[in-house]
Amino acid sequence: MEEQLKITCLHDLHVELGAKMSPFAGFDMPIQYSGIVDEHNAVRKDVGVFDVSHMGEIFVSGEDAEAFVNHIFTNDVRPLEAGSIIYGMMLYEDGGTVDDLLVYREFTDEPSYLLVVNASNIDKDYEWMKQQAAGYKVILDNQSDNFGQIAIQGPKAEDAVVDLLDLEDVRELTFYTFCDAEDEEGNRVIVSRTGYTGEDGFEIYAAPAIIRDMWQWLMDAGVKPCGLGCRDTLRFEAGLPLYGDELSAEISPVMAGLSMFCKLDKPEFIGKEALAAQKANGPAKKLVGIELADNAIPRAGYPVELEDGTQVGVVTTGYHSISLDKSICFALVDPQYAALGTSLWIHIRKRTFQGTVVKKRFYQTNYKK
Amino acid sequence: MSKIVEGLLYSESHEWVKVDGGVAIIGVSDFAQAEMGDITYVDLPSEDDEFAAGESFGALESVKASSELYCPVSGRVVAVNSDLEDAPEAINEDPYGAWIIKVEMSDNSELSKLMNAAAYEQAAK
Repeated sequence: MEEQLKITCLHDLHVELGAKMSPFAGFDMPIQYSGIVDEHNAVRKDVGVFDVSHMGEIFVSGEDAEAFVNHIFTNDVRPLEAGSIIYGMMLYEDGGTVDDLLVYREFTDEPSYLLVVNASNIDKDYEWMKQQAAGYKVILDNQSDNFGQIAIQGPKAEDAVVDLLDLEDVRELTFYTFCDAEDEEGNRVIVSRTGYTGEDGFEIYAAPAIIRDMWQWLMDAGVKPCGLGCRDTLRFEAGLPLYGDELSAEISPVMAGLSMFCKLDKPEFIGKEALAAQKANGPAKKLVGIELADNAIPRAGYPVELEDGTQVGVVTTGYHSISLDKSICFALVDPQYAALGTSLWIHIRKRTFQGTVVKKRFYQTNYKK
Repeated sequence: MSKIVEGLLYSESHEWVKVDGGVAIIGVSDFAQAEMGDITYVDLPSEDDEFAAGESFGALESVKASSELYCPVSGRVVAVNSDLEDAPEAINEDPYGAWIIKVEMSDNSELSKLMNAAAYEQAAK
């Protein structure tokens, strides 16, 4: 039997706006409203708002919360001050990736955390965390169904959040920090200076009713609604991985070039030995950026070849970049072909197109330091 | 509601054909361009390439997806709209003006397998 698609608390408003809807991670989500190019440019130059209510929110508290999160998470949460956020992964013992996530250090005396995980992985992550929790005094609380989430992104995001949502405190937030507020009912509202676009911006987590109000205020003020289509083009240009494409049970953070988020000097975490071995011996594959000389578009799954046609890798995400007007892609390739400047060829339909290995951060990000 | 032009013939894969003597002028319908969204690249064939009816002669690429172009009739390419190399968005703006290729038909009887405007309107519903 086909599983019923879930919907977010803003679903009817997307349909009303005429969004093109499509299944994503088990949810019926808006892919675009006015068009991917228009929405992409709004976020780069002005401001746009995304419904990201499908993301998962899992709270971890209890006496051993810090030790537990540090056990399942690649980055080190011990130095985190209350109100700060850190990015990293949960790994399997073999170094494969369970998920990539944000960890929010709550405003509690005893360390407790909010873990924000990918929609497609909520159930898997929660089960995984419960399995790993044996012997730890922790309380795991999956609140994903009780939170809506919107992301307001772009150079004018701060003004939009302050003026339209009446959240003056957010001006003080620096990148990867958050603050707490309350709605009229006394429900918690979390505002973080985070995003997935390469621009300055905020993500707001709150009860569905207040998320609907906020969305409506932003619409009334003319903030452009943005779909998952441009969320992908934006994050890709900014060099950010997507779980399922650039990270997976088969793709470790070392392969994906995300070692800086894996603290091998921590006493232990799940997957540490495997990562250390990959770093010492070199990973089986490496993720690279490739820029093509032609406008043909490399898509996920297309083969990456040497000039003689030998396949040495595969494209994981590719677009004709909207901000840079160039055809670029991420590809997983044999490590000896990962050096910057290496010539590689991409097989697109019946022809091959020459490209060059470049830095994965194709677009210069504009975060609030 | 997508626009359908009278007097053209249509394929099930949403190409249109304008018959000009023995030459078929080929583009994609308004329905097809709307489904694709912003078109960013057109993979064009070369002049003198030969295609059988139903064979892929190129592709349209939008931001999100690529879509094969299928030749509605058999024949030899006699002209390619190279303006589309620099301005692929012309297909979004004017799908019935932005022709893609012209094919010298090898078998005019294949035209009878295509749909007229009324039949295409039903099919594209």
